Amino acid sequence: MVKNSTIKNIDWITVILYLILVAFGWINIYAANYNPENPVFFDPNKEYAKQLIWFGLSLFIIWILFITDSKFYVAFSYFLYGLSVFLLFSVIFLGKEINGAKSWFELGPVRFQPVELAKVATALTVSRIISNYGFSFKKRKDLLKIIAVWMAPVVCILLQNDTGSALVFFVLALPFYREGFSGNVLILAVIGAVVSVFTIIYPNYLILSSIIVVIALILMYKTNLKLVAISLAIGIATLLLGLAIYAAIEKEYFWELLIVVATLASSTYILVVGIKKRQKVVYPILMFLWGAIIFTLSTDYFIEEILSEYQRTRINVLLGFKDDPLGAGYNVNQSKIAIGSGGLTGKGYLQGTQTKFNFVPEQSTDFIYCTVGEEWGFVGTTAVIALFLILMLRLIILAEKQHSTFSRVYGYCVASIFFFHFAINIGMTIGLAPVIGIPLPFFSYGGSSLWGFTTLLFIFLKLDTNRTELIR
Amino acid sequence: MGNINKRSIVIALIFISLALTFVLKLFNLQVYDPSYKSYAENNTRREIVTFPARGLVYDRNNNLIVSNQADYDLMVVPRELKSLDTTSFCNALEITKEELVELFDKMRTKLKYRKISAIKPSIFYKQLSAKQYGYLQEKLYKYDGFFVQRRTLRNYEYPYAAHILGYIGEVGSKDLKRDKYYTKGDYHGINGIESTYENNLRGEKGYKYVLVDVHGREKGAFRDGKFDIPAVAGKDINLTLDIDLQAYGEELMQNKIGAIVAIEPSTGELLSMVSSPNYNPNLLVGKQRAGNFSKLSTDSLKPLYNRPIMAWYPPGSTFKTVQALIGLQEGVITPNSKFECYSGYNVGRFHLGCHHHYSPLNLRQSIANSCNAYYCNVFRYVIDQPKNGTVQNGFELWKDYLVRFGFGYKLGVDFANENRGFVPNSKTFDKIYNKSWSSLTVVSMAIGQGELLITPIQMANMSATIANRGYYYTPHIIKSIENDTVPSRFLEKHETGIDTTHFAPVIDGMEMAVWNDELGTARMARIPGISICGKTGTAQNPHGKDHSVFIAFAPKDDPKIAIAVYVENGGYGSTWAAPIAGLMVEKYLNKEIQPSREWIEKRMLEGDLIHGKK
Repeated sequence: MVKNSTIKNIDWITVILYLILVAFGWINIYAANYNPENPVFFDPNKEYAKQLIWFGLSLFIIWILFITDSKFYVAFSYFLYGLSVFLLFSVIFLGKEINGAKSWFELGPVRFQPVELAKVATALTVSRIISNYGFSFKKRKDLLKIIAVWMAPVVCILLQNDTGSALVFFVLALPFYREGFSGNVLILAVIGAVVSVFTIIYPNYLILSSIIVVIALILMYKTNLKLVAISLAIGIATLLLGLAIYAAIEKEYFWELLIVVATLASSTYILVVGIKKRQKVVYPILMFLWGAIIFTLSTDYFIEEILSEYQRTRINVLLGFKDDPLGAGYNVNQSKIAIGSGGLTGKGYLQGTQTKFNFVPEQSTDFIYCTVGEEWGFVGTTAVIALFLILMLRLIILAEKQHSTFSRVYGYCVASIFFFHFAINIGMTIGLAPVIGIPLPFFSYGGSSLWGFTTLLFIFLKLDTNRTELIR
Repeated sequence: MGNINKRSIVIALIFISLALTFVLKLFNLQVYDPSYKSYAENNTRREIVTFPARGLVYDRNNNLIVSNQADYDLMVVPRELKSLDTTSFCNALEITKEELVELFDKMRTKLKYRKISAIKPSIFYKQLSAKQYGYLQEKLYKYDGFFVQRRTLRNYEYPYAAHILGYIGEVGSKDLKRDKYYTKGDYHGINGIESTYENNLRGEKGYKYVLVDVHGREKGAFRDGKFDIPAVAGKDINLTLDIDLQAYGEELMQNKIGAIVAIEPSTGELLSMVSSPNYNPNLLVGKQRAGNFSKLSTDSLKPLYNRPIMAWYPPGSTFKTVQALIGLQEGVITPNSKFECYSGYNVGRFHLGCHHHYSPLNLRQSIANSCNAYYCNVFRYVIDQPKNGTVQNGFELWKDYLVRFGFGYKLGVDFANENRGFVPNSKTFDKIYNKSWSSLTVVSMAIGQGELLITPIQMANMSATIANRGYYYTPHIIKSIENDTVPSRFLEKHETGIDTTHFAPVIDGMEMAVWNDELGTARMARIPGISICGKTGTAQNPHGKDHSVFIAFAPKDDPKIAIAVYVENGGYGSTWAAPIAGLMVEKYLNKEIQPSREWIEKRMLEGDLIHGKK
């Protein structure tokens, strides 16, 4: 039985948020499965019926998690980690390939994705390592240990060709940061990832221009307005000159080269001024500027020239361009049309036309947010965002209340994993993120993911019932 | 702790700023920027059902009898309706404003009760004429939410065989539940072969998905037609029917009530099946169907009633042939047995009358001359055989022969509404006579009267069985189905249990009935050059004048056609049924009527037993 003290200490706010999300998710899965041309009130073969069963099993999982002693999670974290890495590794050979990724075990009618277990186990393990006495990110040994623990599942998942799920693990950088990992490394990593993804989605000159704007802002903050104004003027003058030359001899403009030449001109000026006035701050800024420019251009070059056709296709699959009968961006476009057509208050429940009829792919799984957008409008989409934000912030607040480091780090891990799914899934449906097939927690149809997220959350809620104790 | 961790604030800010970014982007997408809304409207998918051409129907000589004609329904998608120029719309449809208002009211009521969907097309106006269609198609772009759907209607090449062919009608709610293939507004075969062979004839509906813009204009295939399913045309079928013979039969039967059934004995194939009065099958096609149907169904002469398979008649004297066969098989008589006839059959105070003829007659003569007393004797000898013990057992023995001849039960023809007729069993009489009855009580059945009732097709089957000397194939109308086989039950031989040798004297008697100048009752059926055998019947009928009955087959050896003709209230079998049967046989075997018999043909064609009767 679940102890009375446990029940008393359960954070009911989180539980209620969880229930609202699952319920609203189910309502939308129902809508996505509803066929207005042949309305059937309840078809036991449809996804919404199965999702009810998956939810029933989730309640059972929650009960199991609550009767388990908190110390178990610490004690068995290494074992669970070992098991999940083993499963992740063996699924490469024994798994079933679905949608190009070999990430599922299939036992008769039951399908199971070990990556869901791996998320929980890795979160528990990094929490345990960080909570070890004397742990510090500044110690090389500790750093290597934590990176190794983090890398092992990532490598296995990449080998399964399930890049989307592998990316989830990168979000653990957030709890690392909270526990003292260098912020700069974090920022550079994020910028690197964002830029390399964006070079594929957006044209280079757009990215280059935005980098320049960012650098100009930093310069303004670190030096003075005059320097920035003059250097920008030089840059624009060079740009115009270049345009004039182009107009004279050729018809097509080679924007990227123009921007690079213009930036070269203005940064030369900045360098001269910097040397003259002995302003050392300009060196790292210029280095960063040119680093970013070279990185951007080389990513593009790398993808276009060095990667083989086969590898390029892989990346396009990752970004969602491949499963796209009507060409690049079709899915995202349809998804945006569906959400956009919802308007302020939506078309009304079950009244959506875009999220039915196969206009939008994966309507009940990866693109479930489209149904929310179309049928519930801006009110509905904002409500979902608010619910997730409240949940994530609530998790941070709870994490900060923990007396034991283990529980705190784990809490951050949970919040961050939710954050990553939230960011990528919603981001891709509205065209702000690449199409990486990962589910929206509690919303998307599927037993494996619902159980995974439920387990992740409720282990933390169990730990939270012992928040005043030191769990080791 | 105590102090708030700075880095936790940073993380919280990351969460919040991303959420805000999303909200801003969503605000732009859903509220501020109207372009996505119009994209969505551009994006409406419409499912267009493509109806397959129904299978064609041919007769046994490959004459096309049923084909298809195009038909257009005006469809509406209620949600896409915008303001409408009613005047021009009414003009296009050739209806008044009031009628239009009524149509819209109907649509709204259906919407309210969820009979139709707001986003799915449903029929607004059925079966546009070609003129309406042409006019409307040009202006359709003006009428938002409307479009025209093509489907096929039946076209009957001959104004005959309505009962055999059946008709097409809208699927009812019961069938909608029973068969998931149909959706509301679909058509299916309701009667006749259209119904029996529905699954072969209907083909498979196709689905075409098109993108339509806000004005209901098609903007091309949805996803390049990836989800389209082409319609599969229905299978063509051949009937065993000879349409020329059928037409001739229907003409002969005009202004008479009754039925003709002609069978090819060696196969059980139905050559013609006339029900009179009848109607032109084209009356039940298209817009006029509802009106004509109610007119036909209230007609006192019941033209919709398919008499050959549904009407129960006493067989009358034609039944003496079977009686003779049972007697021979049971050994109670030989072909040379003679029975006295004293203007009828007399036992004590019991008297069953007969016409005047010389007496006694042997078997052959008794058939030719249709002696009642002869068959009363045969019937009673069969039942009262000592081996039977009781009258009940004797009657059951007799009854079982009848059942083997196909009486009393449905033959299993390929028409849904076949009747079984009526053959009583001993229990029936036990009930009526409180168990005290004898063979004499029920002796009227010996001459095809009394409780005995059979359908014209059973009668024709009896004739075919005699022609075959002892067996029959279940009569059927299907000859072949494209890429399919006919039901196997039509290839099964049914034995009557009567030895072939016993048929010779009976058939001789039937030949004499037509050809013997002295004794024959059916001399009107004579066809020079064709060895036709027949048996007349004059069936008493409590409702009026006797029914005129005749069965026949020809030629005597190697019969090609067996026939039964039943003319209600026609009097003697020789007056109407026999000459009609003769003409039918001649028409089938010789393709034309010889000049010497044209006067008979004329008399039959002009004979009117309906008008002026009342």
